[in-house]
This record gives sequence, structure tokens and C-alpha cells, in this order.
Amino acid sequence: MSRLQSLLINPVLNKEIKLRFRSFKNFLGIFLFLAICGAVCLAFIYTETQFSYDGFTAEDSKNLFLLLSMGQLGLIVFITPGLTAGAISGEREKQTLNIMLTTQQSSTSIILSKLFSSLLYLILMLVASLPLYSIVFLYGGVSPQTVLIMFGYLFLTMLAIGSIGIMFSTLIKRTIISTITTYGTMLFLVVGTVILFLIIIRLIVGFSQGTTGGPQSTDHILPYIVLVLNPAVSMLFSLETNSLVYEFQQIGVDWPFWVGFTIAYGAITLITLLIAIKKLRPSMRRKKKG
Amino acid sequence: MIEIVNLTKHYGSFTALDHLNLSIEKGTVFGFVGPNGAGKSTTFSILATLLAPSEGTAYINGIDVTKDPKQVRKLIGYVPDFFGVYDKFKVHEYLDFYGASYGIPNEERKAVIPQLLELVNLTDKTDSYVDLLSRGMKQRLCLARALIHDPELLILDEPASGLDPRARVEMRGILRELKNMDKTIIISSHILPELSEICDELGVIENGQLIAHGNVRQIENQLQAQKVLQVKVTENIEHAVSFFEDDPNVLEITRDEQDDMLLQLSYQGTEEDQVALLKKAVEHGLAILTLSQKQTNLEDIFMEITKGDE
Repeated sequence: MSRLQSLLINPVLNKEIKLRFRSFKNFLGIFLFLAICGAVCLAFIYTETQFSYDGFTAEDSKNLFLLLSMGQLGLIVFITPGLTAGAISGEREKQTLNIMLTTQQSSTSIILSKLFSSLLYLILMLVASLPLYSIVFLYGGVSPQTVLIMFGYLFLTMLAIGSIGIMFSTLIKRTIISTITTYGTMLFLVVGTVILFLIIIRLIVGFSQGTTGGPQSTDHILPYIVLVLNPAVSMLFSLETNSLVYEFQQIGVDWPFWVGFTIAYGAITLITLLIAIKKLRPSMRRKKKG
Repeated sequence: MIEIVNLTKHYGSFTALDHLNLSIEKGTVFGFVGPNGAGKSTTFSILATLLAPSEGTAYINGIDVTKDPKQVRKLIGYVPDFFGVYDKFKVHEYLDFYGASYGIPNEERKAVIPQLLELVNLTDKTDSYVDLLSRGMKQRLCLARALIHDPELLILDEPASGLDPRARVEMRGILRELKNMDKTIIISSHILPELSEICDELGVIENGQLIAHGNVRQIENQLQAQKVLQVKVTENIEHAVSFFEDDPNVLEITRDEQDDMLLQLSYQGTEEDQVALLKKAVEHGLAILTLSQKQTNLEDIFMEITKGDE
């Protein structure tokens, strides 16, 4: 078995999947999720067909797609911290971590297994919801490429949030504090970045007007960086390609949102996972004094 | 097998281990004795590569725990003082998971797991969920888990704690079998008579320092400078008291509260001095019914060395 294979397919991952999927509440979670998504779809179609004169059009289909996509993103942002923020601290609290750490499993394989087993559950949820998207295809309005972009966003978002959760779970001893910290980070990414964006734009515009007497095109990249950190805004603007692109071109940024988002969330995933791997086991080498 | 060199661990201003030096030969069953907070679990955690020392190091089979912890993990089986088990995991799955974690091939695991379950008397629990086992069974299962990769060294931190008498006897039996299998075992326990029964060597640790090391008899000699002689006379106890008071090796005489013809002498003389004392007492006409040395055990020694903490 290659090194990469043993990192991805290993006893910890097998154990995690076995234990996770043996639990009835996980199946109940998927059932409820699909029931809610289905109900939302039916309610949307009902509203559009009953209260509009032109029936269910391709435009309505696109809106339903956006609604489903944003709903699933909300689900990921809401559920992923709960699934990952106790991954290591939970083992520590259950007093099973020390035993695992004395085995031959590497820190990398333990951390990646914990992350992937949590994400597999979410991926199962997303895959299980695929038939709902067939409703959208039935009425047209959305290309398969758009669906792929959407799934790319969802996957990268869960990867980054999951990694943040695992990192806090490794650094913080108690699950409850780790979970709160991870949710706090999510709150910043989803709400805080929008507020920060508005403040920065306000400052930039105010500063430009104060110094030159009128707005002008600058190379301010900060608002863009702040906004690509927001998965909801980033995904929405990538699916609705016309929004905000012109405004960002005005301030000198001509990168598509998905590029910035991929770089930012890829970096977050990488950095947080490296920290978690580094901090899982104590460094046995003593620090040199002086 | 184990070489501990100047091992020191500080937690802030508290020193849990203070330049501990210890050497344990291969195949030895070594008992680590000491009060709570003496540094036993800290030593075990460092040997198990779960904790970095502040100073010094330890070698297991010549491998430095601070430099090559991954290699050390292959050599050790660790049973911590407190441990948990996974919910919804069956006994054979539990062992299979840890076997796979040590990289043991599937076929080999299938062969080894029943043997281990037989060793720890859990064969009939193969398909039981681990979280439903009793404390004693979990303890034995954890021991089987620590043996899954056939380690040369077993580190057992209080394996008998919280067990009822029957479970302790069973645990002791398993440890004897492991001793016969020529495993090197280091074990800490507060059940000191049990340690003295199964251990080849003992180390007494207090405040992070090793204060005695050797076999049971050597430990007693190291920690016990004076012995207690019990003298029972049939008549004239006052005469006996004045006789023994004159002996320079008798440090203190106390009369037994229950038996007014029984004296307890704190005695610092050698065995030859003791023979001479008895001979002289008989010549002196004392009506001695018995003269015996009070049997002390590890429990007494443990109480003696830990009384300062109370």
C-alpha cells in the first residue's frame, strides 16, 4: 500500500466510519435533512405555480437551484463544526486518545482520518440530495457546469471548516470550548466578513473622497480578500456571475471569485491541518534554553 | 532494557520528576511504588512517548524516547491508569482496530485476537460491546490490547485500581503468565503486597526521586534501619523492662495495650546481637515465652515513607 493510500485508508478511518454509521441518529439526520429539502422544493414549486401567471419557468428553476445550494451551504456551515470540533478533544475526554497516540498511526493519518470520516457523512448527505436537483434539470435554467461549481464550493467549504474544527479540537482540551470557538470562527466568516467588507469599502471611499475630492479607481485588494473569505457571498457571486464583478473591476481586482475563494480556503485547510498534525503529539525533543 | 538518565519534568514551578536515574534489565518485572503525585505516572507517560521530559532522557532497548519515539512505540504496550473505550464497538473489533493501528496484517490479527482473549479470559465476550463490559473486564481487555503487537516492554499504570478482590486475583494471574512469557513489565500499584508477590525488583519513588531500589528484602533493609522485636513474658514484666532498657541496641520499649505481658522493642542491633540478647535474657532469669521479630511488609513500609504527606 502506498504512503498516500495508507494515509487515506487506515484503521482510524475504518473505525470512525464504522462507529459513525452504526449510530441511528446519523441516519435520522440524513432522513430529516432530505425531508426538509424536499419540503422546501415542493413549497417553492407550489408557490411559483399557484401565485404566478407564467407557471414554473426556467428562471424559477434557477432560483430553486440557488435556494437549494444556499440551503446546503447553510447546512455545511452549521453541521461541520459540530462534527469536527470534538474529533480529537472528544477522544481526549473519553480517555481514548493516549492509547491511540501510543500506536504506530502517524499524526497525519489520525488527523486526516478524523477529517475525512466527518466529511464523508456530509458528502453522503449531499449525494443523497442529488435527486432533488433533478427537479431543477427537469425545468432547465441551470447547466451541469454550474452544478459542478456549486459542489466544488460546498466541498471546499466543508474541507476548510472541517479543518478549522479539527485544529481547535486538537489545540483546545475541552470539546465544548472547541465547538464554541469553531462556531465563532464560522460566524466571522459568514457574517463578520460582510460587516468588515462594508466598513472597509466605507473607509476606502471616504479616504478617496477626502484626499482627491472624488472616487477613483485604486488597486485596493483588501475588500476582495475579505469577501472571498465569505463562502455564501463567494458562491452566490460565482453562480450569479454578473453581481459585483464590475464593482471589483472598478477598484482594480479582476480575479473571478472562485479563484480567490479556492486559494483562500485551500490555504486555510492546509495551514489548519498542519497545525493540528504538529500539535497532536507532544514534541519529544526538548527546547534548548537560552 | 530500560535506562532512565537524569529524567526531570517540571510543570511550571512544580517538579514532578527530579533527576530520576534507573536501570531495568530485560525480563524483569519491576514494581514502581510511591504515594500519589510521586512521579510514577509522569515517568510512565514519558516512557510511553506521551510526554516530553524537561531534562534527561530514557532509553528503551537503546532507543532514545526523545529522539525516536516512533521506534519506541513499536517496543511498548501501554496501559494507562485511566482509559476509556469506544461505544458501539465489539471486543474483537476493538482489538482488531488496535492491531491494524500497529500495522499487523489482517490474517495475523485473526489468529492473534482469540489467543489474547483466551489469555485475559474474555473468550466468551468476543461479540460483546466493549462499553458494556465490567471494569475488571475492560482492564483485562486493555491489557490484551497492549499485547496485540507482542511488545517487549509492558508499561502498566495502576492496572489493579478500582478492581474488586476477584478481579485483582485474575489480573495477578495474568501478570504471572506474562512474566513466564519473559516480558519486561513495569507496573505501578498501591496494592503493595501484590507487587511484592509478582515483582522481581521494586523502586520506591517520592517527590520525583528514587529513594530505594532493589528486591523486596533489599527495599526493606534500605528503608527500615530498625526492626521491632516482640517479647512475651509470663511473669515479672517490670524486671524484663529494666533488663532490656540496659541494652544499648534497644532504642525504645513500648508495652502492648491489649496484652500487658507483651513488650515491643525498637531494636537496631544485628542478628548476632539479637542472639546474644536472647541468651543473656535467659541467663538473667527472665521468663520469656516468645521472642520474635515483627513481620513488616511493603504496606508498612509504604505507610512509613508516605506518612509525611498525611
